[in-house]
Amino acid sequence: MDSRRAPRTVIDPKVRQVGFFAPPDRAQPDPSASSSSPPVFNSPSGNSLSPVMIPPARPLPFPPLPLSPLHRRSSGESIPAGSYNPSEFASPIGSLKDFNGSIPSPGWGHRGASGKHASSLPSGGFDLSAMKPNSFPAISLTTVSMVNMSAEKDGGLSGASQNERSANAKPLKEKTSKAERRALQEAQRAAKISAKAEGSKAPPAISGSVTSGTVKPAKAAKAPSQKKDSSSVAVSEKKGGDRQPDKDKKKDVPQPRMQFDDKNRVEKAKKRAVVKQTEARNRVELFRHLPQYEHGTQLPDLESKFFHLDPVHPAVYKVGLRYLAGDLSGGNARCIAMLQAFQETIKDYSVPPEKALNRDLTGKINSHVSFLIECRPLSISMGNAIRFVKTRIAKLPLTLSESEAKATLISDINSFITEKIILADKVIVSHAVTKVRDGDVLLTFGSSSAVEMILLHAHELGKRFRVVVVDSRPKLEGRLLLRRLVAKGLRCTYTHINAVSYIMHEVTRVFLGASSVLSNGTVYSRVGTACVAMVAHAFRVPVLICCEAYKFHERVQLDSICSNELGDPDAISKVPGAQEKSCLDDCTNSENLQLLNLIYDATPSDYVSMIITDYGMIPPTSVPVIVREFRKEHFWT
Amino acid sequence: MPDMEIMINEFVAQLTKRKIEGSQATARLTAELLRTVVSQQRLPPTNQAMALIEAVRGVGERLISANPVELAVGNIVRRVLHIIREENFSVLTSDTGNLNLSAETDDEDTDEQDNCSVPSVAALAARNVLRAPSLHALLETMPNSAVACTEEKSNFFLKRIVMSYSFPAEKFARSRKLKLDVIEAVNELIDDIDTCHEQISEQAVEHIHQNKVILTLGRSRTVLEFFCAAKQKQRSFRVFVAEGAPRYQGHVLAKELVARGVQTTLITDSAVFSLVSRVNMVLVGAHAVMANGGIIAPIGLNMVALAARKYAVPFVVVAGIHKLCPLYPHDPEVSLNGMRSPSELLEFGKFSANMEFGMGSGAPLLHVVNPAFDYVPPELVNLLITDVGGHNPSYMYRLIADYYSADDFVLQRKSTS
Repeated sequence: MDSRRAPRTVIDPKVRQVGFFAPPDRAQPDPSASSSSPPVFNSPSGNSLSPVMIPPARPLPFPPLPLSPLHRRSSGESIPAGSYNPSEFASPIGSLKDFNGSIPSPGWGHRGASGKHASSLPSGGFDLSAMKPNSFPAISLTTVSMVNMSAEKDGGLSGASQNERSANAKPLKEKTSKAERRALQEAQRAAKISAKAEGSKAPPAISGSVTSGTVKPAKAAKAPSQKKDSSSVAVSEKKGGDRQPDKDKKKDVPQPRMQFDDKNRVEKAKKRAVVKQTEARNRVELFRHLPQYEHGTQLPDLESKFFHLDPVHPAVYKVGLRYLAGDLSGGNARCIAMLQAFQETIKDYSVPPEKALNRDLTGKINSHVSFLIECRPLSISMGNAIRFVKTRIAKLPLTLSESEAKATLISDINSFITEKIILADKVIVSHAVTKVRDGDVLLTFGSSSAVEMILLHAHELGKRFRVVVVDSRPKLEGRLLLRRLVAKGLRCTYTHINAVSYIMHEVTRVFLGASSVLSNGTVYSRVGTACVAMVAHAFRVPVLICCEAYKFHERVQLDSICSNELGDPDAISKVPGAQEKSCLDDCTNSENLQLLNLIYDATPSDYVSMIITDYGMIPPTSVPVIVREFRKEHFWT
Repeated sequence: MPDMEIMINEFVAQLTKRKIEGSQATARLTAELLRTVVSQQRLPPTNQAMALIEAVRGVGERLISANPVELAVGNIVRRVLHIIREENFSVLTSDTGNLNLSAETDDEDTDEQDNCSVPSVAALAARNVLRAPSLHALLETMPNSAVACTEEKSNFFLKRIVMSYSFPAEKFARSRKLKLDVIEAVNELIDDIDTCHEQISEQAVEHIHQNKVILTLGRSRTVLEFFCAAKQKQRSFRVFVAEGAPRYQGHVLAKELVARGVQTTLITDSAVFSLVSRVNMVLVGAHAVMANGGIIAPIGLNMVALAARKYAVPFVVVAGIHKLCPLYPHDPEVSLNGMRSPSELLEFGKFSANMEFGMGSGAPLLHVVNPAFDYVPPELVNLLITDVGGHNPSYMYRLIADYYSADDFVLQRKSTS
């Protein structure tokens, strides 16, 4: 019992505060620590460096540095807050237009190279081996402190972007302002995109052979033009910022979800639908408000339509089919696939004559989203990502040329994927690993990508622990996780969910993934998570939920009935591997038998000891804070 | 005798190999076997009851050690021992009655009053001495108002009983009588086991109201009969059946319920927590009921009970009285559990290909845990419905006093001493 209780006391009270503390590898912003900050990836969450750092309500891109000329500059203009990614850096760049000239810039060519490097990173799949925070310890040490400070400022909200930026800075090794580099990245991206796009519309054509060393002159020429555009961005954004709030207020209230017991609306939706769904025979009474369709019937139909569906982009179509077939699951994987499909769509998109890009593209995205919903109901994380994309589209300055706008959007989406999903996971891992001690027995349920990364990383660090993988029908995702863990040499115990109260005696920590965390602290996750958390709570074992902040949602939910997703009912009746056990085949047509395959459930917040996000480790009561800050950062600015 | 040995060995083998499924079947077979043991046992002239008890206990020990997890075996052995003790006393009391009758005829001048009351008092006293105290027994002794003096009188009559053993003519008749009585009582016990389902399901209508929603996990015959009885009484209700991985007995139950026209929804075990909140009652079967009111139940029920407690849904257990075990559980998850084959969870043909057992430290990397039973502590159980009525778990000790003799709680006493 002692060994079990100890963990609770171990949880650092500092960390349990609403912790917007910096991810460990953001050590370099502190100038004093800049000299020898080692890769703090595995140190206990690096909270020696002022862990609690609640960002100001409207963070300016530059810190209040009295000595910095930049600061005066930026405070003079009202620059949209919360900028963290390239597109928004357009505005600081604009403000710095004249400033750049005064800074001696000896390293253009190098910078061009690094800019290229950075821009190629996110788009080139998600091979993060190059971006591992470990691989560039304390990078921009040699850069001016001003740069550091500005980097700190916008990194304060998203440590992920910091990493990316520092990655650029590494080959640099000389004095340069971040704004300049930013501009270069922009130019690079635009160049690359335009080179790819055949309908070569606007920007000065840069040949497809934009490679690292050779673009020196082109680069230099390109940067200023880009800046001109972006200065107007700042203006237009300022204008947009005025009317934004009330519009967003309206959006703020989550839209009522489609209730499938409302006959009129269901009929209407059916008329619009691309995917022809047949209703399940025996719908479960309790879940009439949720869509219950026959599974497996739509796939061939849709496949045959592949070449006839005009409005849907093939990339989206492909993703939709994969959702439908069920070979793409897991919140992050689904979200990334969807965003990449949107990128493809945007890449191939051209504004129809006499239409505004903002409106038309939003409409297009909307139609794609509704197609995806028909394939499988969206997860909350995907809803957040879609909201992000739409906000970005809506905020595109009208002055931007089409290809530039497209390039901005694509890079926006890229940085969302890297920062909010991939790097967020890395930060979560670095936090969570501090909670694993030698001799621990960690229990996990199903297969969560974040938890898997935590376990593997802890194993790599040489911690000695045992993993209990709890699995449940019908998906049996735990087996896949088990296979991967065993292949890596972790000691595992495998059992099914019914035996969880048997195995809980020996467990010291429970790590669970989540599909979403709702703002009343409810954890919305794979069905069975609630059971595991409940049993762990009954046995006084701490429950740690690992969830990226982009999956947080302001919705509240008390039970798993009102909002849920229903899976294929036939998966319930079929027991894999045991022929004699699938005895239900002959009576599945009976009126009296209903098969219910819930996909998610809601874990009450009192079972959750701690939620580990990319913002730090927080109690479930602090979820609304994260939701608020995240929205401030992304959707309102 | 040899065929007796063969029967016992066969049964022991079946128990060891876990061939007999379900506590009811086990209980019935045990009772039948013990009945044969009793009938074939040759009784010595004196102290027949002890001889019978020793014989039954000897067989019982073997049966219990064959499958210590199947508590029904031990329960039945104890019940039979209890029957032998009871019958022995009824024989004894009738003996004393006869004795007194003859005494009455012989010695006319003895005090009339005394003689009349003494036999019954002696019998009751004997019962009181050897049977655990019960309210029933107390009430029986009340009208005699001789409770205070029963002790010495019973001693007196016991002496006379011992003296009466010397009559050789009576001996044969009495030994026959004891045996026959015991066999008859064991037959009654078997009948009780057979009819426990009906007894329990008679109470179904009292517990299932119209449109009730009930959740159950796995399959229990008692539960099935309970539902069927309610259905026959034209109650309409709805049942959520959790499938009970890894044995998926819930599928069987769902099929049977559907065949009988009950509205059934089959769910996965992981969805239990979500749906318990929409349910009026959780009704499950048990593997054994312990003396503290806790139950040993199919795996997964502890989770269900916790969820039911969370949502304040009554957790009701139906169990025949043969599942009532007079032992208090200590660490029941380990000591009273059985481990089933890992192949129910993982097909090793598929899986072992990329697992390396015994590399490095020598211990396998992967353990697969597949326990058969769960322990539900009494504080999570709201009601126990047995064939003698519904009871609070805290009342179990009382039922145990009625059905078992305190001397038999520990059967292995002899082998340890």
